[in-house]
Amino acid sequence: MIRRHSDLPLEYDSSNRFLPWMIAFMVYLAVLALAAAMVFGSAVSRWGAGLSGTLTIQVEYGPGAEAGIKKLVTLLEATEGVETVRVMTADETRALLEPWLGVGGTTGDLPIPRLIDVRLDDAVPVDVAALDRAVKAAVPGATVEDHRRWLADLIALVGSVEWLSAGIVLLTAISAMLTVVFAARTGLAVHHPVIELLHLVGARDRYVARQFQHHALMLGLRGGLIGLLLAAITLLGFAQFLQSLDNPVLPALTLSTVQWAILAALPFAAAIIAMYTARVTVLRALAKMP
Amino acid sequence: MIEREPVVRFDNVGMRYGPGPEILQDVSFALEPGSFHFLTGLSGAGKSTLLKLICLAHTPSRGLIRLFGQDIATTPKKDLPDLRRKIGVVFQNFRLLNHLSAVDNVALPLRIAGHRKDTIREQVVELLRWVGLEDQLQARPPTLSGGEQQRVAIARAVINRPSLLIADEPTGSIDDKIAMRIMYLFEELNKVGTTVVIATHNEALVEHFNYPCLHLAKGELHVIAARREWRRA
Repeated sequence: MIRRHSDLPLEYDSSNRFLPWMIAFMVYLAVLALAAAMVFGSAVSRWGAGLSGTLTIQVEYGPGAEAGIKKLVTLLEATEGVETVRVMTADETRALLEPWLGVGGTTGDLPIPRLIDVRLDDAVPVDVAALDRAVKAAVPGATVEDHRRWLADLIALVGSVEWLSAGIVLLTAISAMLTVVFAARTGLAVHHPVIELLHLVGARDRYVARQFQHHALMLGLRGGLIGLLLAAITLLGFAQFLQSLDNPVLPALTLSTVQWAILAALPFAAAIIAMYTARVTVLRALAKMP
Repeated sequence: MIEREPVVRFDNVGMRYGPGPEILQDVSFALEPGSFHFLTGLSGAGKSTLLKLICLAHTPSRGLIRLFGQDIATTPKKDLPDLRRKIGVVFQNFRLLNHLSAVDNVALPLRIAGHRKDTIREQVVELLRWVGLEDQLQARPPTLSGGEQQRVAIARAVINRPSLLIADEPTGSIDDKIAMRIMYLFEELNKVGTTVVIATHNEALVEHFNYPCLHLAKGELHVIAARREWRRA
């Protein structure tokens, strides 16, 4: 007969209608921003794992290419810090170009350079500039490709994307807090007579604040879950789209279980932020009341 | 011998709203524990204002108010809820919460005081039955008549057995039979130690119950011991 309810009729407020959707949109944006950062981060980690500590020597196509390769292999094997040297076959080189030229796009008379894959010993520093000079002196036209340089650029780019994502998440959190502050202040003004009555009956500020914070928690949770659902649908749709393109250059939109768990925690984080924002706002306002 | 502190003590209290005239002027009186007083006076004499000062809804423009021995001007805000929980108030316009049932309205002071749900239900239903609202337990105030709303308001004011009960026209909207029953309820509470102050226009009520009057006229308060003296005043 005595039900769990609010002494304040907050469920009839206009905030009841707009606040969940505001929080839903914010959580939606935050989930997409975080997911983007996670996908890029994972892709760069995968690339980095495959490329760090390696060099590629490129020998121009031509009649002297085979002789030049032999000369370079001898040079590289004698170089301190070089762990392994492997000459890539012409088929392997063609396979590397397939993402751009398509299967069968490299057959015929297309001049394809020969590549030497060099793996470096992480414990021994190698002077790549000196090695480049030595390679050029041994075989004119040969070049050393240091993956670490462009990988560093890529990592910096992904770092920027991660910062951007963090900024978006922070901005959405601030926006959510401001929305809750506005809704709580409106609720305080609308329900002032009831709050005054509760005080006269002996309610402490905490008692009144609890009702606002519980209300904000529920609205935040409802909105957050809607936002997460919409974001999950968007991500899955986008993943399907990427898969349909069948382009190996594009990173796969796959997330680990831990990453999904982090994204799934966002609605709860939003709800808790809404709850504490409402609590602080109401307690501060009530402290000023006589 | 230990002198008992009055439950309410006013010393030269004045009250005005904003820049307006003083509604109350130099009001001084003391209510001893367990006393029963009527508060009388014409409309606009300041009865409701006086009751609002007693229940800590307003602070006076000047003067000293002591409740349960505490000077309210120096009482920290955090201690006011404890003082207010000792006071039961029947408001003139009832001030019921329209979105709650009669049961939930009456249970409000007990919920706020942190009582257990199972004990609350029993007390509330018993009291509502006593005031004749056993068929309206789940009714919301807008569906109740004025008299029924008044009885819910009275039940809410007395549910936690307050040390001080103040009522603003508590029998104004109810028939004589129920009014007498409500007055007997107030008397019962008074017998177990509750200090009672009832603002009323009802001369018959004051005639019937032989209690002293606090009579307000032109913002000034006169304490009248006997009902016949009040009539002369």
